[in-house]
Amino acid sequence: MVGVTSVPSPAIAEERSHEADHPSSQVAYFGAEQPLSLDCGIDLSPFQIAYQTYGELNAERSNAVLICHALTGDQHVANVHPVTGKPGWWETLVGPGRPLDPSHYFIICANVIGGCMGSTGPASLNPATGKVWGLDFPIITIPDMVRAQAMLIDRLGIDTLFAVVGGSMGGMQVLQWTAAYPGRVFSALAIACSTRHSAQNIAFHELGRQAVMADPDWHNGRYTDHGIHPHRGLAVARMAAHITYLSDAALHRKFGRRMQDRELPTFSFDADFQVESYLRYQGSSFVERFDANSYLYLTRAMDYFDIAGDHGGVLAKAFAGVKTRFCVVSFTSDWLFPTSESRALVHALNASSARVSFAEIETDRGHDAFLLDVPEFFDISRAFLQSAGKARGLNGKGG
Amino acid sequence: MSVQEVLPLDGLAAEQEGHYRSDHLLVAEMVRRGSKVLDVGCGDGDLLQLLENRGIDGRGIELSREGVNRCVAKGLAVVQGDADTDLINYPDDAFDYVILSQTLQATRQPKVVLENLLRIGHRAIVSFPNFGYWKMRLQLLIGGHMPRTENLPATWYDTANIHFCTIKDFVQLCDEIGVKMERAEALDLYGRPLRLRLPWWVWNLFGEQGVFLLSRGGGK
Repeated sequence: MVGVTSVPSPAIAEERSHEADHPSSQVAYFGAEQPLSLDCGIDLSPFQIAYQTYGELNAERSNAVLICHALTGDQHVANVHPVTGKPGWWETLVGPGRPLDPSHYFIICANVIGGCMGSTGPASLNPATGKVWGLDFPIITIPDMVRAQAMLIDRLGIDTLFAVVGGSMGGMQVLQWTAAYPGRVFSALAIACSTRHSAQNIAFHELGRQAVMADPDWHNGRYTDHGIHPHRGLAVARMAAHITYLSDAALHRKFGRRMQDRELPTFSFDADFQVESYLRYQGSSFVERFDANSYLYLTRAMDYFDIAGDHGGVLAKAFAGVKTRFCVVSFTSDWLFPTSESRALVHALNASSARVSFAEIETDRGHDAFLLDVPEFFDISRAFLQSAGKARGLNGKGG
Repeated sequence: MSVQEVLPLDGLAAEQEGHYRSDHLLVAEMVRRGSKVLDVGCGDGDLLQLLENRGIDGRGIELSREGVNRCVAKGLAVVQGDADTDLINYPDDAFDYVILSQTLQATRQPKVVLENLLRIGHRAIVSFPNFGYWKMRLQLLIGGHMPRTENLPATWYDTANIHFCTIKDFVQLCDEIGVKMERAEALDLYGRPLRLRLPWWVWNLFGEQGVFLLSRGGGK
């Protein structure tokens, strides 16, 4: 194998596995008396949810916002990441003067169940064996993630969330929240997402999982027992997935056919092109902070997601009578969760007479646009949250 | 299709009451407070905002992405969509009123759109430029060219308005599909209603636009 990725430093790998059980976030622990009923039929117990909060809950407990993170995101929305030392992943949206300003809202983001940043997942220790769960961890779904979040929200003493906000897999959770707990979500901002995972997206996920499983270091998921991590397979999975987060136009604009630190091709399989070098970097930096098995579980959860399927095949039934105010946002160049998916959601919401705004934002930056600095997206998010805040009777203007 | 694209109504600006257009005020006056309204072709959302300020639960459909995004940025519940193709996605009786303001003439199938309005809403409010307006007639009769007015400045080859009609034509269509006219107003060039009860032919000649409050009739 050509050196696709550099081996992560042992110190960072150590930090990653430590975070899985002993996160630097707040932790809600649910003991034997409060199991998590999973869709696969298993009651998971005990389990824990790691979460970050920003801002203060008001006296009426009416200003809580739950942010749902995407596949490879985590709870570190707007603080320095404990493993990578990088800024929070959504500081464009969350922070002073941003659409989600902690001086107006009590903002919560929890690591999803099955994740690897402190909520119970395949990288956590299985109390029954004293070893890492690995593939013994039960399969989890998007509704399972949301069920666990609802338990956390209960624990925090919050009845109704002012807003649930998320993009991509986070957007799936937003929609699941409104379908499962319509009375507990005042407003929902669902970005670059879908009510079901498409065949093409399942196919990409399968590609990623097979890359992980093909790595001999994976050891059927028991790599921790061998003191290693299948970083090559996981890096390849990340590289493939990363392409789907961008667009042809964005890649061309950023890299074109430019060479990496050289004038002429080397006539080898070295990373001659800048785009190759960029992808290799994306792969190697990802494996430093993410657990391979967790990647398998979370991609699987997305694959199983199909709200209509859970409601007799009729999407509108999932949202029947929902009082939540929706804002659906898509991006023109997003081919992973194209506008047509958002439009199908909007049609179902219209059929349910839900109050919905839907904006498609023009950008060539692909699916990842929701994480980037796209002013029109922020304007829309801000206005939506402000008008919802007005309807909710929140005094603050919300950034 | 935003209203601005179809029909720049700059000529109405001078006749604003507050900061609202007078034809919008007339439409808003037709809507009962507390009702639920869908504005098809809501443009920049000015009418929707007026309705929401009056305690009406307003939703909008707008064709242009820019229009939608400006509406959403105002906190309005507006979705991107096309009157010709997207009305079928709305269930029967979903709204008290469905408004089609200055958009009918830009639809591909005005009759189908009109039928959908009254399927989705108990009532419909439709406004459109009157091609029977005397200035229009004069331009065709004397000038021998397709009419262009202050409010309809586009040339025949770049206009989005593909189905112009007169007030008389519209009344005939309503009769044909069994739609009941609860209220009809003709507006002058500045959007002021011709308040007098005048015969149709006078309205058809002097009304620059028509505004109709419609409900479902007894039969076809």
